Amino acid sequence: MLKLSWKNLINKPLNMALSLILFALGVGLVSLLVNLNHQVEENFDKNLAGVDLVLGAKGSPLQMILCAMYHVDNPTGNIPIEKARAFLNPKHPLIKQAVPLSLGDSYRGYRIVGTTYDILQFYNATIAEGKLWANPMEVTVGAAVADAQHLHIGDKFKSSHGLVEGIEEHEHDFTVVGILKPSGSVIDQLVLTPSESIWESHAHASDSSAVRQLAVGSQDTTTAEVHEHEHEHTKVAPTTYDSLTISQLAQQQRLELMEKTDKDITAILIRFRSRTNIQALNMARNINENTELMAASPPNEIARLQTNLGLGADTLKMLAWVIVIVSGLSIFISLFSSLRDRRYELALMRVMGGSRGTLFQLVILEGLLLAVMGYVLGIVLSHFSLGILAGFMKSTYRYSFSGWKFLPEEGWLFVGALAVGFVAALIPALQARRTDISETLAQG
Amino acid sequence: MVSGFGFQGSRPGCLEPETQNLKPAMLQTTKLQYSYNSGSALTFPDIRCETGEHWLLLGQSGCGKTTLLHLLGGLLTAKDGSVMVGDTAINTLKTSQLDKFRGKKIGIIFQTPHFVRSLRVGENLELAQRLAGLPVDKNHIEKLLKRLGIGHKINAKTDALSQGERQRAAIARALVNKPEIILADEPTSALDDKNTDEVIRLLEETASEVNATLLVVTHDGRLKERFAKKILL
Repeated sequence: MLKLSWKNLINKPLNMALSLILFALGVGLVSLLVNLNHQVEENFDKNLAGVDLVLGAKGSPLQMILCAMYHVDNPTGNIPIEKARAFLNPKHPLIKQAVPLSLGDSYRGYRIVGTTYDILQFYNATIAEGKLWANPMEVTVGAAVADAQHLHIGDKFKSSHGLVEGIEEHEHDFTVVGILKPSGSVIDQLVLTPSESIWESHAHASDSSAVRQLAVGSQDTTTAEVHEHEHEHTKVAPTTYDSLTISQLAQQQRLELMEKTDKDITAILIRFRSRTNIQALNMARNINENTELMAASPPNEIARLQTNLGLGADTLKMLAWVIVIVSGLSIFISLFSSLRDRRYELALMRVMGGSRGTLFQLVILEGLLLAVMGYVLGIVLSHFSLGILAGFMKSTYRYSFSGWKFLPEEGWLFVGALAVGFVAALIPALQARRTDISETLAQG
Repeated sequence: MVSGFGFQGSRPGCLEPETQNLKPAMLQTTKLQYSYNSGSALTFPDIRCETGEHWLLLGQSGCGKTTLLHLLGGLLTAKDGSVMVGDTAINTLKTSQLDKFRGKKIGIIFQTPHFVRSLRVGENLELAQRLAGLPVDKNHIEKLLKRLGIGHKINAKTDALSQGERQRAAIARALVNKPEIILADEPTSALDDKNTDEVIRLLEETASEVNATLLVVTHDGRLKERFAKKILL
């Protein structure tokens, strides 16, 4: 029976192709949108990392969050440590943990982040090989960076200004001292280093000769003192990575950072001690109203962004369903018109012993077959383009998209596709069932 | 007997005295009546055909030949009277039972041979077996097509056959389930003399081979001489 349905379909290849392509297009679009929406949301949510508040320079709060948390936008500006030091203090009554971020440079499109070990705890990152960054110009790189740029322990590279590669290379060499395990969050895409590295490569940009001498460890007396000073501050990376050690070291780093009152940082990610504390809840408004800093809540900003994006996605999804329904209509029309040509055949099938039910089944099967094939084609199409898009997203936004993730929604899409196929075939099938055999045969 | 069936006397071979009717005939109608949607009604003479007999049903166009054939084949429902095939009164069967019964017991050949166009010749015969609820027997299909002289067309598209070949393929389809009754509606009207001879010969031979009762409905005068048993309508 299935075979006969199939043969009936391919007997009119053009009709079938038209219905099939329309159907696949509709299904593909719905699936693509559902997947995209889902993966974008998933990426956003995963990278929220429990951050309650982001502090930065005044500007667009969304830009600040996209920059400081998702690393897809430029900073709104810098903030002097002097103004922000209270928020870095481990003894702050409302703040459980804070991650200072110094941004501005990148390596081949991967952002270099000057920060403390606090960031590791925010994103549950652990070291895979080598050690953590401890001294200026030492970097520990995220798994995706190491993978994509083939970085190994001991490798040296130069940074460039901004997020776009190839612009204004700084002269300083960074040294890879460690590589993180993949965590599935945005930290995989980052190059981590002490804030001092960022200051150094920027501050000395105007005074590059000094930097060079410093870097090569010159014996020149004018820089000897500086060198000495550096030397006594050389730190040792931790050898154990339990969370207590790390958080103690992180607090230490923050305390040291607080002393550098003449320096700037870009942003601070904050986790509250208690999210229900009234003072904590009012903190953002207080900061925005009373200080030169800006505070924004990532969940709020992202929710707003998703509402806006979601609206567009919903409209598109509706459009895609319209295409599915139109393709259902095309299945209906092609079945209906093919039935007119096949009336005699259907009557003949009754003569040969087929029942009314047989004919009904036959036509319904043709509709369902088209729907199933259209669905499969559509899903393949959507995941194939998702796969391509994933590569593009990775290189542009450094987000981990996957083309081969299947969602429960796609199961429902299958049910929907079958329903459309069934409904489209229903009237032609009823028509087939009602065929008046005698009259049809007599007409010859 | 009602006087309305005025032809009885002239066809003694068809209607036999009730006393000789010891076992039911293969095909028998009594007081068969059909009324069209337009309201006009037709009354048909009683027919009685024994197993293996070959009959010719002659009549002018428009006198209800096709209607009668459809009534005999269970494609139409009679207004009154009964059609007995063996010991089954087919007008009492439910639609789906009738479909199955027809598929197994009755082979019908139409004026213009039609096929399921998406299937090849052999596949059309397979479909006939399947729809009748019988197992597919490719060996039998091959032999049958060979017997009808179109063995080499088994994998041909039905559209690619000539008129004569199509009519033979239609005979093959009617015969494939070894029916007890073969009904043929103007099987030769579209054929030339040579093909007519050939098709009728094959029809008679193959019907005899499976001991089927053959009833050919036609207005084709060419066939008159070939059948001993005739019914005039």
